[in-house]
Amino acid sequence: MLSYILKRLAIAIPTLLLLIIISFVLMHSAPGGPFTAERELPPQVLANLNEKYGLSDPLWMQVGNYVWGIVTAFDFGPSFVYKDRTVNEIIAQGFPITLTYGLLSFAIAVLVGVSLGVAAATRHNSPLDYAAVGVSIGAQVLPNFVMAPILVLIFTLWLRWLPGGGWQGPEYWIMPVIALSTSFMASIARITRSSMLEVLTSNHIRTARAKGLPERKVILRHALKPAMLPVISYLGPAFVAMITGSVVVDIYFSTGGIGKAFVDSALNRDYAVMMGVTILVGALTIFFNLVVDILYGWIDPKIRY
Amino acid sequence: MKLRTTLATSALVLGLALQAQAADVPEGVTLADDQTYTFWLLDAIKSMDPQLNTDVEGSDVLRNLFEGLYNEDGNGELVPGVALDHEVSEDGKTYTFNLRDDAKWSNGEPVTAGDFVYAWRRLADPATASEYAWYMELMQVENAPEIIAGEMDPEELGVRAVDDHTLEVKISTPLPYFPQMLVHGSTFPVLQSVIEENGDDWTDAGTLVGNGAYTLTEHQLGERVVMEKTDTYWDADNVVIETLTALTINDINQGLTRYLAGELDRVDIPAGQYPRLAEEYPDQAVSTPYNCSYIYMLNVGEKGPEALKDARVRKALAYAIDRDIIVERILQGGQKPAYNWTHWAIADFERPEVEWADEMDQAQRIEKAKELLEEAGYGPDNPVNLSLQYNTSEDHKKIAIAASQMLKQIGVNITLDNYEWKIHTDRMQNQDFDMARYAWCGDYNEASTYLDLMTSYSGHNNGEFFNDEYDQVMADSKTAENPLEMYQEAERILAEEMPIIPIYHYANVDMINANIEGLPENNVNNTWYGKDIYRTAE
Repeated sequence: MLSYILKRLAIAIPTLLLLIIISFVLMHSAPGGPFTAERELPPQVLANLNEKYGLSDPLWMQVGNYVWGIVTAFDFGPSFVYKDRTVNEIIAQGFPITLTYGLLSFAIAVLVGVSLGVAAATRHNSPLDYAAVGVSIGAQVLPNFVMAPILVLIFTLWLRWLPGGGWQGPEYWIMPVIALSTSFMASIARITRSSMLEVLTSNHIRTARAKGLPERKVILRHALKPAMLPVISYLGPAFVAMITGSVVVDIYFSTGGIGKAFVDSALNRDYAVMMGVTILVGALTIFFNLVVDILYGWIDPKIRY
Repeated sequence: MKLRTTLATSALVLGLALQAQAADVPEGVTLADDQTYTFWLLDAIKSMDPQLNTDVEGSDVLRNLFEGLYNEDGNGELVPGVALDHEVSEDGKTYTFNLRDDAKWSNGEPVTAGDFVYAWRRLADPATASEYAWYMELMQVENAPEIIAGEMDPEELGVRAVDDHTLEVKISTPLPYFPQMLVHGSTFPVLQSVIEENGDDWTDAGTLVGNGAYTLTEHQLGERVVMEKTDTYWDADNVVIETLTALTINDINQGLTRYLAGELDRVDIPAGQYPRLAEEYPDQAVSTPYNCSYIYMLNVGEKGPEALKDARVRKALAYAIDRDIIVERILQGGQKPAYNWTHWAIADFERPEVEWADEMDQAQRIEKAKELLEEAGYGPDNPVNLSLQYNTSEDHKKIAIAASQMLKQIGVNITLDNYEWKIHTDRMQNQDFDMARYAWCGDYNEASTYLDLMTSYSGHNNGEFFNDEYDQVMADSKTAENPLEMYQEAERILAEEMPIIPIYHYANVDMINANIEGLPENNVNNTWYGKDIYRTAE
């Protein structure tokens, strides 16, 4: 097991390096640059800017310097657009915000989604099942960019219960978490339900029931674990997607999170921030895929590394 | 219509209106207990450094944290800032500013002429790599181009502290509107010791030292900026608002909802919603002229399409677009149809009479457009095919669709090309377009901020309209006793050559809390200062 983990971590390094190089090249090949503006800059001013940010060096040297800065000093460079800030500062400010609403959304999506899925599967074709399926399909077809303005309309404008946006305390977390968790919750509920239904018809469940075990025990002890396999493989990437933020949540709720910063950096050609967030998302994705694989081994005795 | 008069530039000594500074609260008005003002920002503030800021949003914040030589009042008139007044030499090339002796930095140190010298040199210095370094060139400050190019030392810049309270500026060409340019944030002073001590972190909340009426107490990037009144400001006694808060809301509709929920005191109104809001909230929905013009730029240069090299075709395109429909049906916010380049509300500017604007109705324009196309050899058998490029935005898209339909009526086929902002700009700057959506917002309240753009040497003339006569008129305007004649001549040349198709002149369409007073009502640049505002009791 340990050697497997070490092997995976060793592969992660060249993977990240490849990610850096590909992103770097793609980014620089997009038309326009960080200093392209409506008023075209005088050539000398542009040259001064390129000099300051190292953009006048050949591309291979820029990639080299960039990677060297990260490896030796964990320095992701200054932002090209937010002149007073470094990439580290931008991520240090935005990522905790994103992480907060991401983790909460994840917890709620998993708890509610799995419970709903299990309840629906165990009472198959009952009104509860139809209600659960109805809710999860409804939640899934309601995209968060539709839901976010509706939430603000209801809770901020009409009821005046919650602030319409910002990030100053727990009351600011509620609407972003609802908006972000709903569709994930719906997917989790649907996957859990169908996987549970399948597991409930399998032989070992029939055996458990034949032994005369109470239904609650059958579900919790024998059915839930195998039914979780497809859910887990969905949760890995979903978790990364949630904690690295949602541009929709950031835009509609003005959280100051990293999701908006990422999209802005692409539109602004803020090469440094774009690379920083890409590497963050890449590293998290690699790490949580590994976690999922390890969980597989724990859940399914047939899987051995 | 003239909104204001220019300063009497011929006089040697300039007396500025010495009316009450800061908030001018009339007798009998009851002020609210809660003196706060919360305003909307579309985007995160890119920099709090006056010499590095490039955005309107940043300027709105900086104006409260720093103070330049002059400020503007609600009508766009100059009023004293750190400078009390100035003298201009006979040749119009040397300005001597007399600075007030009670101006202080928020750390208590006095504001001196040397602080301006340091800031201006810093703006031009290649080491600062400011995207606004060109502003020093625009101001014609002596040696600015050479310093930016790295050929001269920043110390050689034509600005000097005669003593602590006397600042002397030498410019290379007389500019009648030079004082107006000093309202711009790039020219604000900064404190050398704070910058040298803290490096790039000097603009952090708690560290930033400014000379404005407020200090920075909180800055959550992309979330909010909070500024508190400071006692160190020379006119602090007359500052009423205690706390200024800027909330970043990226979605304009969300901004409006939060305004209606009482979270903001001012927000922009999304396109098309002004009529409804004006009816529902007549004391809150406001539309005032705003110093920007919306045009379609035509590529008349070598890389441009053959058809656009013919002025008759260009005129036909301009004539066929019905601006009233665009303004009244799409924007609906008090914007004005444009038949010329300079914004109608610019100080001391009047559009010259031009035939197509003043003597024709839309039906006649369309007839004329068809005639012009035919003369130029185009018609049903030989249609004009052009692409119209615009940057991503719902409004630009709607206008482009409307324009393409209008042009179809005269037999011009338009392909619409949508690009995201950076690509759009890049293509324009490489003359990779036929027709392109463009807007220009004036840097100051004077017609040359628009008209200079179309000179062959402007560097912003992406359509490559090179016209010697136009260049000459604009060069002459710099020294003219009455530049308006030159400006009108320039507009006439534009109407005759039509290198750009004017579409509309902008308006600021806002919801403003009815209890907030002191925001500018007649200032085309919408230059506002927290120190001038107050909140009345409900």
